[in-house]
Amino acid sequence: MSAADTKHKAHIEVTGLTMAYGDTLIQRDLTFTVNRGDIFIVMGGSGCGKSTLLKHLIGLLQPAAGEICYNGVSYFDASARQQDDMRRSWGTTFQTGGLFSAMTLAENVALPLQQNTQLSKAEIADLVHYKLALVGLAGFQNYYPSQISGGMQKRAGLARAIALDPEVLFFDEPSAGLDPLSSKLLDELIVQIQQTTGATIVVVTHELASIFAIGNNSVFLDPESKTMLDCGHPQRLKTDSPHHQVRNFLARGKLSRGQLAHDQTDNSHREKTP
Amino acid sequence: MSEPQFELKVEGNSGELLFNGPWQLASKGTAPFSVIAKQLARHDLQQLRVTIADDCQWDSRLSAVLLSCHNYCTEQNIAFDGSKLPQGAQSLLKLATAVPTRQQSKPQQPGFNPWRALTSGMQKMLGFLGFLGECAEATGKLLVGRANMRFTDLGQFLFLAGPQALGIITLLSILVGMILAYLGAVQLRLLGAEVYVADLVAIGMVREMGALMTAIIMAGRTGAAYAAQLGTMQVNDEIDAVRTLGISPMEFLVLPRMVALILIMPLLVIYANILGIIGGAIVGLGMDISFLQYVEQSRQALDMTQVLSGLVKAVVFAALIAIAGCRAGMSCGRDSAAVGQATTKAVVTAIVYLVISDALLNILYSEMGI
Ligand SMILES: Nc1ncnc2c1ncn2[C@@H]1O[C@H](COP(=O)(O)OP(=O)(O)OP(=O)(O)O)[C@@H](O)[C@H]1O
Ligand SMILES: [Mg+2]
Repeated sequence: MSAADTKHKAHIEVTGLTMAYGDTLIQRDLTFTVNRGDIFIVMGGSGCGKSTLLKHLIGLLQPAAGEICYNGVSYFDASARQQDDMRRSWGTTFQTGGLFSAMTLAENVALPLQQNTQLSKAEIADLVHYKLALVGLAGFQNYYPSQISGGMQKRAGLARAIALDPEVLFFDEPSAGLDPLSSKLLDELIVQIQQTTGATIVVVTHELASIFAIGNNSVFLDPESKTMLDCGHPQRLKTDSPHHQVRNFLARGKLSRGQLAHDQTDNSHREKTP
Repeated sequence: MSEPQFELKVEGNSGELLFNGPWQLASKGTAPFSVIAKQLARHDLQQLRVTIADDCQWDSRLSAVLLSCHNYCTEQNIAFDGSKLPQGAQSLLKLATAVPTRQQSKPQQPGFNPWRALTSGMQKMLGFLGFLGECAEATGKLLVGRANMRFTDLGQFLFLAGPQALGIITLLSILVGMILAYLGAVQLRLLGAEVYVADLVAIGMVREMGALMTAIIMAGRTGAAYAAQLGTMQVNDEIDAVRTLGISPMEFLVLPRMVALILIMPLLVIYANILGIIGGAIVGLGMDISFLQYVEQSRQALDMTQVLSGLVKAVVFAALIAIAGCRAGMSCGRDSAAVGQATTKAVVTAIVYLVISDALLNILYSEMGI
């Protein structure tokens, strides 16, 4: 198969996925496709099941129904060895960081390299320095996760996730807790990684700026109806989605300014009434 | 007028509720909504208008009552008219009612359901068997040298389990040796055979008390620590992270802990045995048995089989403590309370395992004639 063929092939296919914790249904009937090289955004209100979807995609949680295929192979039907191979080609950051608290940042980033490559110690040290520099943490090699801030932990988690130049990268809210400048740098980094390695990237995020800046495909999860409302390019969803929840979510920037002005007049009114 | 007050005026089936006085968190008096609801319930209302007196001072205390009032009206199909309220109160009320109260989707299971208890018990058993299976698989991989274990981790756990525990083991072993000696002395003195105190202490320590006491200390020290470490890692998503790196948490996290404990326990038990015998000798000195005589008597009482039978116990106990601790940690929930429960569970199950396995081993030994 030539490179051009694989270029537009579906990379991750989700069909009829239903997710539940025990008896509690979280989302049902999710069907969407992530193409090779996409930066795919998972969006939706707080608590609608975005992190849960991510944990299903990386095989940590078993679907209540439906299946998830990578390159046409269903993860949960694959043999243990195939599953291991698949997992090694993925990189993941967690909403809470997920760094190993008993190891320094350098050891954290070095771990996947030691486990999965034959590189020498010196080469690994160089790579660790490079990956930490990419996320703006050069010089923090010997810090423990508990000694750095929450935003720095997120970035260190990112450095570990990209250590092996994975084929698929999963980010859970990479920019939550970062200042606007760092989160813009992070967006640029994500786009850079995509362009240089050709990786497929799945990002869970609420940040509208990031959604439009980096995403070229997306899915919207709705907490009310407990299913997806729409999927496609974020720009298209913003203007053409048949669901007003989706359009409102994506246009929040403008809406909220209007609402804010309204609220302020309310408050000033209240001040005047004794 | 220094207490929150309200007044209900009713004409036909439309009512007007007027709030006056200070409705502030800091003002005195009690005025829960239930009192207002009782009054409202006396009338057959179709609509209710709510107003606040001009000189009324109010804050969240009144807003909370307004919200309850609004919800009450919705429930009873009474038209709620808040248009006479000040703008601020109106918009706060609007905010509070913007998202409808969520229906509890998961009602508590009422009472005891034997079927549910049975299936959940079965599931726990299966989970435990699965854990043992994975443990065995990981150990097998270690033996053929293919396990994914960091030897720096192993070194660290050896240090934590071994040298760090010496202090408390020293103290307790000497005391247990002395206790055994006093216990034996009471009886043996009647027979004039005090010198056999040495035999009693030596055999008691080496066959039984050395291994058991050390195991109980290690269950409280190391088993609990394992459960807390792994439980915290569960809370921090660290165990998920290990899985996503394509590493088996069993080999990477459980194996070094288990191996460290299994390697270190026999050494600690030998140390505890020696100190127990010294403790007995101290008591012996008080009974005019010389130290050399005591040691010689102990040496004669012991043979290799007895020492080994104690060390076999040490290895079995170590494995059980590690399994109890790691299992509790790996199946820990995702909050801080769960970490506490996991620690408790690790110690309690470890001690139960210890006593049961000790009894079984003693039966086995006596069948074998050791
Ligand atoms: N371990 C769990 N057991 C039971 N229910 C859970 C568990 N984890 C999450 N939930 C429930 O699943 C729902 C979705 O949670 P999830 O963490 O996926 O939300 P999210 O979309 O990532 O939210 P946020 O944007 O706030 O991170 C929530 O309602 C939560 O109560
Ligand atoms: Mg989340």
